[in-house]
Amino acid sequence: MEIPYSVKPRPDTGLYNAKVGIWLFLASEVMLFGALFCSYILLRVNAPDGMWPHHWLNIWLGMTNTIVLIFSSVTVVLSWASLKMGQFKRYKLYQGVTILCALTFLCIKSYEYHDKFIHYEVILTDGRIADGHIEKGQTTADTVALLGWWPKDEAALMDPPMGHPVEKIEIPRKQIKTMENYGPWHNTYTAIYFVLTGLHALHVLAGAIVIFAIWGPLAKVWEQDPERYINRVEVSGLFWHFVDLVWIFLFPVLYLL
Amino acid sequence: MSHSTQSATVPHPAGHSTEEIRRDMRRYLIIGVALMIGTGMTVWASLIDFGSREINIVAALIIASAKGFLVAGFFMHLISEKKMIYAVLACTGFFFLALMYLTLLSMAHGSVIQIR
Amino acid sequence: MESTTHDAHAPPHQEPGFWQKYIFSTDHKVIGLQYGITGLMFLFMGFCLMTMMRWQLAYPGHPIPIVGKLLFRVLGEDMVGKDAAGHVGVMMPGLYNSFGAMHGTIMVFLAIVPLAFGAFGNFVTPLQIGAPDMAFPRVNMVSYQFYFMGGIIMLASFFIPGGAAQSGWTSYSPLATVADMGTRPNGQTFWIIGMVFLISSSLLGAVNFITTIIQMRAEGLTWMRLPFFVWAQFVTGFLLLLAFPPLEAAAVLQLGDNLLHTSFFLPTGLVVSGQHLHVSGGGSPLLWQHLFWFLGHPEVYVLILPGMGIVTEIIACNTRKPIWGYRSMVYSVLTIGFLSFIVWAHHMYLTGMGTRIATFFQTTTMMISIPSVIILTSLFISLWGASMRFNTPMLFALGFLPMFGIGGLTGLPLGFNASDIHLHDTYYVIAHFHYVVAPGTIFALFAGIYYWYPKVTGRFMNEFWGRVHFALSFIFMNLVFMPMFIQGMAGLSRRMYDGGATYAAQDGVVGLSKQVIGLNIPISHAVWALGLAQLPFVINFFWSIRRGKKITSDNPWQATTLEWQTPTPPPHGNFEKPVEVFRGPYEYSVPGHATDFTPQNEPPTAAPAPHGNPLLS
Ligand code: HEM
Ligand SMILES: [Cu+2]
Repeated sequence: MEIPYSVKPRPDTGLYNAKVGIWLFLASEVMLFGALFCSYILLRVNAPDGMWPHHWLNIWLGMTNTIVLIFSSVTVVLSWASLKMGQFKRYKLYQGVTILCALTFLCIKSYEYHDKFIHYEVILTDGRIADGHIEKGQTTADTVALLGWWPKDEAALMDPPMGHPVEKIEIPRKQIKTMENYGPWHNTYTAIYFVLTGLHALHVLAGAIVIFAIWGPLAKVWEQDPERYINRVEVSGLFWHFVDLVWIFLFPVLYLL
Repeated sequence: MSHSTQSATVPHPAGHSTEEIRRDMRRYLIIGVALMIGTGMTVWASLIDFGSREINIVAALIIASAKGFLVAGFFMHLISEKKMIYAVLACTGFFFLALMYLTLLSMAHGSVIQIR
Repeated sequence: MESTTHDAHAPPHQEPGFWQKYIFSTDHKVIGLQYGITGLMFLFMGFCLMTMMRWQLAYPGHPIPIVGKLLFRVLGEDMVGKDAAGHVGVMMPGLYNSFGAMHGTIMVFLAIVPLAFGAFGNFVTPLQIGAPDMAFPRVNMVSYQFYFMGGIIMLASFFIPGGAAQSGWTSYSPLATVADMGTRPNGQTFWIIGMVFLISSSLLGAVNFITTIIQMRAEGLTWMRLPFFVWAQFVTGFLLLLAFPPLEAAAVLQLGDNLLHTSFFLPTGLVVSGQHLHVSGGGSPLLWQHLFWFLGHPEVYVLILPGMGIVTEIIACNTRKPIWGYRSMVYSVLTIGFLSFIVWAHHMYLTGMGTRIATFFQTTTMMISIPSVIILTSLFISLWGASMRFNTPMLFALGFLPMFGIGGLTGLPLGFNASDIHLHDTYYVIAHFHYVVAPGTIFALFAGIYYWYPKVTGRFMNEFWGRVHFALSFIFMNLVFMPMFIQGMAGLSRRMYDGGATYAAQDGVVGLSKQVIGLNIPISHAVWALGLAQLPFVINFFWSIRRGKKITSDNPWQATTLEWQTPTPPPHGNFEKPVEVFRGPYEYSVPGHATDFTPQNEPPTAAPAPHGNPLLS
């Protein structure tokens, strides 16, 4: 039994099945990320005056990742176009670059996550606030060592002045009232940041796996059924562009504004 | 079916000759460059002090939307897609806006929504 | 296989083994049956939970007879306690909450949707559009497996420390986060993870259904020739596709609140049992409600539209007349689908959203009732002047109409925000939506089972016992739910562990009257009787597989739609040769035609078709 229109487009719709399928799936993805964007806006609008963080993320890392993803989107679409001209080697090359880009993106993202997990806000018993990255080596059972600064209050922490001086801070544990890293539990901003970027990173990972599977293990389909193969590349490419598209909005929303 | 003939005569969707594909590829490159420039502009616009954060937000969203349009329109070929897909996406877009706008409206007391 | 594709990778043709044929099947019919059997089991389970809850409501504090001891043994003393005389088997408040939440969850997500969309949709849709299978058979299999996993996770949650989720099927935050705070992961965690599986299953199913209907319609089967059932499934697919993702997002956020101490839905300064909750705060409980009901409302149309589809098919066939107003029904179902995305906050009038937004949602809610009424009216008018066949499927379909009518019309007072202030969260609401889903959708599902049973098994179900089943179900359904309207209007709140005794009137205290609370007892008896009334169905269902009256034709009801033009049961791939469609779905009693039905694939010439419909020769 053969499923009709699984390769050739159906004349009246002009589409083959998988293309309809992927667009429907992307529509649901729009609603998924849409709901999260919506949550982001609401949390932000609801935040008390001056208590929404700005510039907590490294703009240059974010920008690098944006460029990496855009670059990969270009290679995806070029690889597909090469296949349509029958240039399998070119396709292999372009799509190989795509996979490398995906890995680069994920590496940078994990570095950023790690950076948040070692970043602590320490409130002292006398009310002062220290903020910075923990120095694992110097932190002992009774002192905590940070590489950071002393914001004058919570509000100063919400939008740290760019290039504020960084010093080495040592705080005896006895003087610490609370100490919390910048994980999702820190406040609603870090929470929505981790959820949005985490879900996005999962999409990057999934997309990379699919593209890799088509590129490597399933490459023999190209010889058996080139049209089906091109369709697969197109469909996985559509997914990849969508992932890129989401990031294009995530970057300004989380890093810049 | 022999492989060599296959790869030489890979079926193109109607009216897509090799020249056209080459032209498309050049176009993709140009759009890629435009997207990179857009990224630079977003960062640049966010660092300017317009005196009010609203302007920064609007500027960033406009640039992001323009970039989004390029990706969706050209990389995903939405500017020349089939009717069926437009219909699906139009509904999706409408429902997304409804979700966002109505939710926001239900939470805003008074008529202004303050941006922090 | 004479297709353009290379068939080197096609497996050699051989009989698939048991596992391949029944467990890991990609055949839409087998998957439909898998959904059907699993869904019926969950329907039974959801009902069993309610039979026990009804005992507690009718006789609060008394040990549950028969199963009380067993519950005690399985769930332990936190859940099942002792009465004053020391008899074990009393349902504790936590258990009542768990059962209530799981009754709702199981019924909606594990029983009705899988039956209406998964089972009937899978089995019937490809047949009715003349397709060999779904567009993505393997995705179809995976979506069943996700559903199954989700079900297992939900069931497992009964047996973990702390028991199953206790915060209602709506899982409102912050309640869902602060309930059972001591145990993590708890029932709520399982609920969320289970829901993620169920949502993923529905999303895959929706993509598959919509693609199938768009792409795989037989030659000549244009949109306006589609049976109404297919239209209903099509719109249902879109509802699932676009409404579920926001709940998936919300589920992820709530998982964060429960496990990672985020505060998406937890406001600043939340106090629980006199203690300041140690969370970062800044979240919004309303956000959860928005995201939940953005799914929740379209979901109720997911529960009802396939039912309307089934009923339409059966009414057309048994009135031997075309459906009156087919086109307006199609436009109505599309309108319902569209509008159902912008009415969700009518569940939230009492949250303090403000009057402006409430007015908006009140308006759209009134608008959406119009197409529903059009569909119902068209079906009623279709009955006019028909010489009806009153067989079991038709009886259930006819029962559906007034029941759904009652359910729908009693929804209007809930849609106006002034009257909703009084009715919100009372038994009136319970009665209203149960009229829609229980004597409504469930009757439609029964009708569908009796109707398509011969296609699946080659035998009819027993007619006499079918009628008994219908008559008893009809009576007891109404005895269960009609009094709930009265209780609700008198102010009895839903989700009350003691059936309202807390708010009973006493000397000098205004409260619920004895009569209102007393109604709990006959209602509960009616519930148990309703359970017994299903025995004829269960026995009939299994007995008829081997003993039922054999069909003498592939089209035993003499219907027009394509699923009856296949061999019985339809083989893998469904149709022996590609079908071509020449006419609309309901050409019954066409003047001048030899029979009183004209199948969709019968060529327009009066001469007998060359390839021969067995019924016409
Ligand atoms: C026919 C047998 C059924 C009976 C006797 C029954 C009875 C009840 C009762 C008495 C309640 C209120 C419990 C309370 O507020 O404490 C309830 C709640 C509910 N029922 Fe049913 N029901 C039945 C079938 C269904 C079906 C088929 C559905 C499918 C959608 C359903 C969905 C629900 C939901 C969503 C709730 C709300 C649960 C909550 O409060 O979170 N029920 N049911
Ligand atoms: Cu609703």
